[in-house]
Amino acid sequence: MTAGTPTAAKERNERELIARILSGEKDLFHDLIRPYERMLYLTAYSIVKNETDAEECAQDAVINAYRNLARFRGDSKFSTWLVTIVVNEARQKLRKAKRAKEDSLDETIEGEDKEFTPAPLTDWREIPSEALERKELRETLRKAVDALPDIYRQVFTLRDLQEMNVAETAGALGVNENIVKVRLHRARMMLQKTLAPYLRSSGVPARKGFWGRMPWS
Amino acid sequence: MELSCKHVWSHISGYIDDSVTEQLREEIERHLENCEVCSAVLDSTRNIIVLTADDRVFELPVGFSERLHERLAEVMESPGSDLEKE
Repeated sequence: MTAGTPTAAKERNERELIARILSGEKDLFHDLIRPYERMLYLTAYSIVKNETDAEECAQDAVINAYRNLARFRGDSKFSTWLVTIVVNEARQKLRKAKRAKEDSLDETIEGEDKEFTPAPLTDWREIPSEALERKELRETLRKAVDALPDIYRQVFTLRDLQEMNVAETAGALGVNENIVKVRLHRARMMLQKTLAPYLRSSGVPARKGFWGRMPWS
Repeated sequence: MELSCKHVWSHISGYIDDSVTEQLREEIERHLENCEVCSAVLDSTRNIIVLTADDRVFELPVGFSERLHERLAEVMESPGSDLEKE
């Protein structure tokens, strides 16, 4: 049944585009990458944490992908291939700026016994998306994500901001799927812990009852 | 078996992603029916995920797309820019 889904259609279109680019219509590469601009930028930003560097990494990744397009094998999705390239570009940039400490960091932060507890509340009034019209709220959310430890922020960005699945995220970051799940859980709990008490008391317009009771309860 | 709040918290993320077992899901739901704290933790976590994922929170720098395609066009036009053949 997958042949008829929008995703399958999109992948088919991409394969056609790639074939045409490789046989000479190279300008079509602009169209091929257009849907992924945001993904490229956000992924790079989650690693280098700096707008200028993130933009440069995104550009370098696109050029790298263009030059190596013939090496793209249809056995993975184009988006997965592209995100792997931008992760590598961003990590290289980071390494140039400072010695990469990620591997040793993984060991220390990821101790299994470390507990991540959320902020306990007894009532939650849903903050509707319209509240994002307020610049202050957008900044608060951005800062909270920026403040996550690197390894958690990267997973959160790929999984929750870009809606990549666990396997794709694991592949792009070069970690196993279980690590993706653990890091995502911790990232979400940390955000809940810092943001929930703030959002609750900040006078952000809330809506009672939307999430209030689960539909199945 | 009754789940503790701590146990529920340790599975909040898996519960949201629907990656817990059917049995655990049922146990969590039974707990949520009677626990205001865990319900609020779940609701607030979900709410925060929805808010942060909104495109307005992390925006592309102004002119990002234009600069990207300009640079790409330059690379494409430069000599020796033919796509690598296998």
